[in-house]
Amino acid sequence: MKHALSHLAVTTDVLFALLAAFLIALSLVSIFTARHLIRRLLALNILSSAVFLLLVLTARTADGIDPVPHALVLTGIVVSVSTTAVVLALYLRRYRREPPC
Amino acid sequence: MLAVDLLLTLAALATAGQCLLLPGLFRAVTNLMAFGLVMALIWVRLDAPDVALAEAAIGAGITGALLLTALGQLPASQRQLQHVNYRFPHLFIPITIIVLFIGSLVWAAMLSLPKLGLVKEIAATLPYSGAEHAVTAILLNLRGVDTLLEIAVMLCAVAAIWSLQQAIPPPVLAGVNYPGLTTLARWLHPLFLLTFCYFLWQGTHAPGGAFPAGAVLGAGGVLLLLTSNIEWMHQRAYNPLLRWLLSAGLLLFLATALSGFLMTGTLYGLPPPLAGYFIIAIEVATALSIALMLMTFYLFGRPGNWP
Repeated sequence: MKHALSHLAVTTDVLFALLAAFLIALSLVSIFTARHLIRRLLALNILSSAVFLLLVLTARTADGIDPVPHALVLTGIVVSVSTTAVVLALYLRRYRREPPC
Repeated sequence: MLAVDLLLTLAALATAGQCLLLPGLFRAVTNLMAFGLVMALIWVRLDAPDVALAEAAIGAGITGALLLTALGQLPASQRQLQHVNYRFPHLFIPITIIVLFIGSLVWAAMLSLPKLGLVKEIAATLPYSGAEHAVTAILLNLRGVDTLLEIAVMLCAVAAIWSLQQAIPPPVLAGVNYPGLTTLARWLHPLFLLTFCYFLWQGTHAPGGAFPAGAVLGAGGVLLLLTSNIEWMHQRAYNPLLRWLLSAGLLLFLATALSGFLMTGTLYGLPPPLAGYFIIAIEVATALSIALMLMTFYLFGRPGNWP
């Protein structure tokens, strides 16, 4: 029991894990309840940042910093900006009068 | 240092909350940009300088500029952002449930179990990978297939955007309202180029590399695009060249993977004596491709309609 409780001390890892949990909760609720599409897109961006935070937290091992999750997060950041661009282009297409090219 | 962590946590929660809960489209987007900057500081605190560089350039800069450009194109009916329903149970109950669920999951999976990583394995293979910096070695050699697929995802995104509509022409600034903006964008560009080259050179032995370099050059290019300093991208004669440049990163990556297959028998298995040269070639091509793709995202459509 003492061993289990010793992990609950407020360290950097615990604090940022709690932050990630709060951000995931807030953005998930926003994705499902928001009316405006742009707000859903913002929530998706914040959700991806929170998941990256969890991934980077797993990189802090006893042996030192594990670089593999860092590389994964770098790839993920670029993919999430691509998603944002495609969603915005689709959204703008809906309100433009001209015929598709 | 716990005080700094606490401040960063509060700042992240405040910006994310203002972004998702308060009315006002412009406020939401600017808060997302501030959130990106706070996240970059958090990455620095968590000893992830590579991620911090990419997040500061892409998460705060490029995503924000994409959203702001799109906001300017929206019709008047879409410019209002409604107030979120604040009544107690609507927001409180689902958030509590999800926080408890994820908190217990994190506690069970990350804090109470022994943490296993690939630190020793990476350190053992690093001398044969052709790069001295571990993240660059993983991105461009050890897990190069992931990066290849990521470049393919970006190229697919560009293709999807181009198939939707014609490019939105840049706003006409005409030098009346903003006399300094065009000149400033042109004068700042050498600085962007210098930072790009520095990150590329640094990438093999220290934090930096293709992703932050491509993001910085892309951000500078976006500034030039928004002040209509890049006209060749819209001209029909340059459209085939633009297509070749966009796919150059993926093509070079594929050629590397295939030559690794021919030389060692496994796909993307680079022979250690030549790996350094391969990594430099891929790094330059990937960075240029990422920069150009980030710039073409801003057009929200297919360019090449001007004579």
